[in-house]
Amino acid sequence: MKDISCKLLVIGAGPGGYVCAIRAGQLGVDTVIVEMTKAGGTCLNIGCIPSKALIHAADEFEKALLAAEGKNTLGITLEAPKLDLAKTVSWKNGVVGRLNNGVVGLLKKAGVKIVHGRGRFRDGKTVEVETETGTQVIRAETVVIATGSAPMELPALPFGGPVISSTEALSLSKVPERLVVVGGGYIGLELGTAFAKFGSKVTVVEALPRILPQYDAELTRPVAKRLGELGIAVLTEAKAKGLSAKGDALVVETADGREQELPADKILVTVGRKPVMEGWGLEELDLDRAGKFLRIDSQCRTSMRGVYAIGDVTGEPMLAHRAMAQGEMVAEIVAGNRRSWDKRCIPAVCFTDPEVVSAGLSPEEARAHGHEIKVGQFPYTANARAMTMQGEAGFVRVVARADNHLVLGIQAVGQHVSELATAFGLAIEMGARLEDIAGTIHAHPTQGEAFQEAALKALGHALHI
Amino acid sequence: MAEHVIKLPDVGEGVAEAELVEWHVKVGDLVREDMLLAAVMTDKATVEIPSPVHGEITWLGAEIGDVVAVGSPLIRLKVEGETAEEPSATEAPKAIEEPKPEPAAKAIDATEAKPAAPAVAPAAPAPKPAPANGRNHFPARSQLGAPRAEDEKPLASPAVRLRATEAGIDLRQVPGTGPAGRISHEDIDAFLARGPQAPTGAPGLARNTSVEDIKVVGLRRRIAEKMAVAKSRIPHITYVEEIDVTAVEDLRAALNKQKRPDQPKLTLLPFLMRAMVKAIADQPNVNAIFDDEAGVVHQYGGVHIGIATQTPGGLMVPVVRHAEARDIWDSAAELARLSDAARTGTATREELSGSTITITSLGAMGGVATTPVINHPEVSIVGVNKIMVRPVWDGTQFIPRKMMNLSSSFDHRVVDGWDAAVFIQRIKTLLETPALIFVEG
Repeated sequence: MKDISCKLLVIGAGPGGYVCAIRAGQLGVDTVIVEMTKAGGTCLNIGCIPSKALIHAADEFEKALLAAEGKNTLGITLEAPKLDLAKTVSWKNGVVGRLNNGVVGLLKKAGVKIVHGRGRFRDGKTVEVETETGTQVIRAETVVIATGSAPMELPALPFGGPVISSTEALSLSKVPERLVVVGGGYIGLELGTAFAKFGSKVTVVEALPRILPQYDAELTRPVAKRLGELGIAVLTEAKAKGLSAKGDALVVETADGREQELPADKILVTVGRKPVMEGWGLEELDLDRAGKFLRIDSQCRTSMRGVYAIGDVTGEPMLAHRAMAQGEMVAEIVAGNRRSWDKRCIPAVCFTDPEVVSAGLSPEEARAHGHEIKVGQFPYTANARAMTMQGEAGFVRVVARADNHLVLGIQAVGQHVSELATAFGLAIEMGARLEDIAGTIHAHPTQGEAFQEAALKALGHALHI
Repeated sequence: MAEHVIKLPDVGEGVAEAELVEWHVKVGDLVREDMLLAAVMTDKATVEIPSPVHGEITWLGAEIGDVVAVGSPLIRLKVEGETAEEPSATEAPKAIEEPKPEPAAKAIDATEAKPAAPAVAPAAPAPKPAPANGRNHFPARSQLGAPRAEDEKPLASPAVRLRATEAGIDLRQVPGTGPAGRISHEDIDAFLARGPQAPTGAPGLARNTSVEDIKVVGLRRRIAEKMAVAKSRIPHITYVEEIDVTAVEDLRAALNKQKRPDQPKLTLLPFLMRAMVKAIADQPNVNAIFDDEAGVVHQYGGVHIGIATQTPGGLMVPVVRHAEARDIWDSAAELARLSDAARTGTATREELSGSTITITSLGAMGGVATTPVINHPEVSIVGVNKIMVRPVWDGTQFIPRKMMNLSSSFDHRVVDGWDAAVFIQRIKTLLETPALIFVEG
């Protein structure tokens, strides 16, 4: 097979890789992208997108169930709704498929050549791709590593049989009767909640004292409360020890040191993700590491000249939008522009019930940075739009410097608050002060009004509380 | 009440206008007769304008730096007069005359538009010419060395950050004028206009970005104009020669030791002046005034030596007239009197004009060599550098000698380099063998 020579080679067509390739193509850089499976990476195929599709389906089904049980206060009644998970999954696959095609179409439109197969470095400038039709050698001036991450396995609980990762959980053909989720982070809680709504009896096992440990207790309290309402049992400070002898239960060591068996049809392990560092010839390059990740600088350069790395392989936070921003930046650098990473915040969203969104610093983090702060918090019980949507749980919280009112962080928990991430991110990137947010007209009635009110609250004159 | 107008008086012969350099009063001040109101400056001298009357200042007719024609109104005062308009108005002047009216009296006098000031206080010093509006507009925060704390990220919108990155600007070095120190596009413009700055980060050293605007007025403006004329119109040739002043210094010391109490202490300058008089006799074209517009060189018989003198207000040039007719003691006495007058500001217009050649000397600060600027429209200036003991080869060995350089400039349009050299060489000979200065013929 004839060798390919190009200016830029991107390894991996996840959110980081494909954005990098599209942007490079737009800038007229001769670009090739290598993808082992389907374009879109974890996010599009087995992460963000399919999970959100299932969460939506679960929400809809739960509403129908409540209506059937006569618990609907809106005056809607239904009779015995049924769930065909296989159909749900097939609908989800349809969404994913459309997006796959969309990404491929965008790459082609930008003039990017796509090579399917597993790429492997021969050296820093040469990659061999095992394609269906043989080995394709690609020589590039610049290479971007965007190999992403994969679910982490527990040594005592290897994937297989009833032990599944998020990938399998998103493609189950029937709802497991009893689902044990190991890991109370956002992935486990999102999926656990969805399956509880589908009708599973869900138990969450978390080794730390509380769920969503990266957020403060105040922010996660509405989520914990809702888990209880959904009948999800949460075992904190509990360690998964392995499968029971029969293989139909998870053995856990509880906080008091006792062993307990949790009967389970499926055990979903969501204890984190690890960078994909094997199988693509990293050993040929001998790149410097930062912990278990590739070490990069503010321009996403690795320790080897002409080799960049973006996305999950470069570390936390392992979020698609971070990878996309890195990919865009690297493409512009490769095209000859001067760029470096200067983002003020990478918002993070949990699609739990209710949703959690965080941008910038929490009050604790701000204090740890040595800031004197002002905090304003506005509850959704006082927001009209939240009432009309039966989603009064949660609040918006603004953290600002006491001296100049510069907004340092914004957090929210509540129904549909993920959409507020946009406003939060913009406020922080633009360097907004409390007065800027307080002085911006927020349309009524929306949930976003709580953002303005929280800023007013921090200034000491909230209007609706 | 009546109005009294003070016009700019005739401040000197042939002077048609003067520059206002200082206000001693402001509108609303109460003044007494003979109190100084303002200072104006003519070509050479500063003239104080006193108040001829008692009264309250109602109007000032010029701003500092304005050139005012003689006879034009300068100040209007409200004074006690025969044309009293209303009873209440007469009370105000009464208050003026009371040395220290009680504050209560002020309150009673409510009908008066401008309440009488508590006392005829000494005139408040006029505001400094430099206004505060020229100051750099950054908030105080940005004047403290680095624009923000070490670990603090610069605050700027993504568009501003992109622009800075593309322009190669490190935003950490850019002061932000926006709320919370946010950096705007305008701040980037300002930073680009200022150009790269010295690196910051040295602990304890703060960048001072303040700018004080000092109005160039009065004597400073005269100096500036004069220097500009001299340098732009006169092609200078500067000639530096070293002179062994050991003998003249010995003589000076001897004369100073045996001088009578009524005689002034001699410096080197009277010797130089005498030497110049002698040298000018041989080289008269350096003692002249060049009217370049008329194309005439006025070559003077008399030697009127201007002495460049540093005064608190700036450079002044009092003139020792007819140096050719003064002996060494007389020259020294006149020199001392004039420089004192110049320093204390009492020199008259006549004493500050009419020189035909100039000496500039900074004494011990004189440096090794200077490039003196000719006192336009003269054609020569002799600059005196400092005296240093230097090793001099006498043919067999190095011996310590008191050496001094003369750095002299000449108007090359009318003085050739040869003539300049001959003139300075003659001075050198005279100073190195000082007896020649005093031998007639």
